[in-house]
Amino acid sequence: MFRIDFNKLRFLVCDDNPHMRRILRTLLHSFGAREVYEAEDGATALEMYSHYVPDIVITDWAMPIFDGLELAQMIRQPESKGNPYAPIIMLTGHSEKRRVTVARDAGVTEFLAKPISAKGLYQRILNVVANPRPFIKTKTYFGPDRRRNTSSAYMGPERRVGEKHEVLQQPSLLDKARSSI
Amino acid sequence: MAKNSPRDIEVKAFATHQLITQPNPLRKVLRRVGEKDMDDPVGRAEQALAGLSGEFKDWMAVEAGRLAAAYAAVQTDGFTREARDELFRAAHDIKGDAATFGYPSAAVIAESLCRVIEHAPDLARVPSELFSHHVNAIQAIVHENTKLDSLSVSSELSRRLRSVADDYLAHVNRDRPEHLEAILAPSIVPGE
Repeated sequence: MFRIDFNKLRFLVCDDNPHMRRILRTLLHSFGAREVYEAEDGATALEMYSHYVPDIVITDWAMPIFDGLELAQMIRQPESKGNPYAPIIMLTGHSEKRRVTVARDAGVTEFLAKPISAKGLYQRILNVVANPRPFIKTKTYFGPDRRRNTSSAYMGPERRVGEKHEVLQQPSLLDKARSSI
Repeated sequence: MAKNSPRDIEVKAFATHQLITQPNPLRKVLRRVGEKDMDDPVGRAEQALAGLSGEFKDWMAVEAGRLAAAYAAVQTDGFTREARDELFRAAHDIKGDAATFGYPSAAVIAESLCRVIEHAPDLARVPSELFSHHVNAIQAIVHENTKLDSLSVSSELSRRLRSVADDYLAHVNRDRPEHLEAILAPSIVPGE
């Protein structure tokens, strides 16, 4: 059995509603977190993200001007100087399939529908800490692998080609990173 | 702590995508404990949340007041972009928060109001009673939901309002299949 040392984790919480921020802060502190930074809009959250380099981002979706979806898209910039890999947990009242798909395609790691519960939040955090997914970069997407599992019975079109035998030799991000050091 | 150095990141390039893996940067915060470990962070957090509950009534009153103000702005200015967005956000916050604050029926009504705002093809042509009944019902529940016997009333009120709103949305979206699908689709996200 595993426990999380929350006191070693740094959180960034973004929600325009002060009541929800208070609830999130209370839950995270009760879990044992000490470092919880709060932003009331996406723009402030992005600044704090660069400044504090949080381990986990928890964001609301619906916020004025710069919402949680845009925040996720800004964080998931593979060429940015910041960390594009941080887990993003989207906590939102939106729960329709279309919305979940949009959030997933913006690079959100986990989705937690309101009303919030201590158990639900804990499980999402445990999941991103214990079971991180690899990242996928395509022409149109950069973020956690959107396939959470594989099915041998899958019958639909194969949207990823070259999985095993058509590996192209091309400079990887790692090579690029090494050459720039 | 969260960021690995570029050297730790492995990239496999495929024809259509790159697969990027790295050692789990958060592995150091995972600690193995014995089965007899008595620490209960979820229970502790639930207790802390219960400790906040004395403030929930006041918080809910603030949320309901914000909704009423947003609707008053709509009545004054019409459905400008700003007024529409604020009404939606106020309802959306109640949809998300009210159950936590002990007002589940208000959450159901707020969700119904959000659906009307989101899926009605022309908000200016929605019967104003549909909005006012939603807003007034939330005010009533928040300000009178102190007795157990009012719970069944608020539950029935929320159910009927949702039913009326859904009938309206189904009618006005009969030629808009993408909206109809969204209106009829159940939530797919588990709360826990």
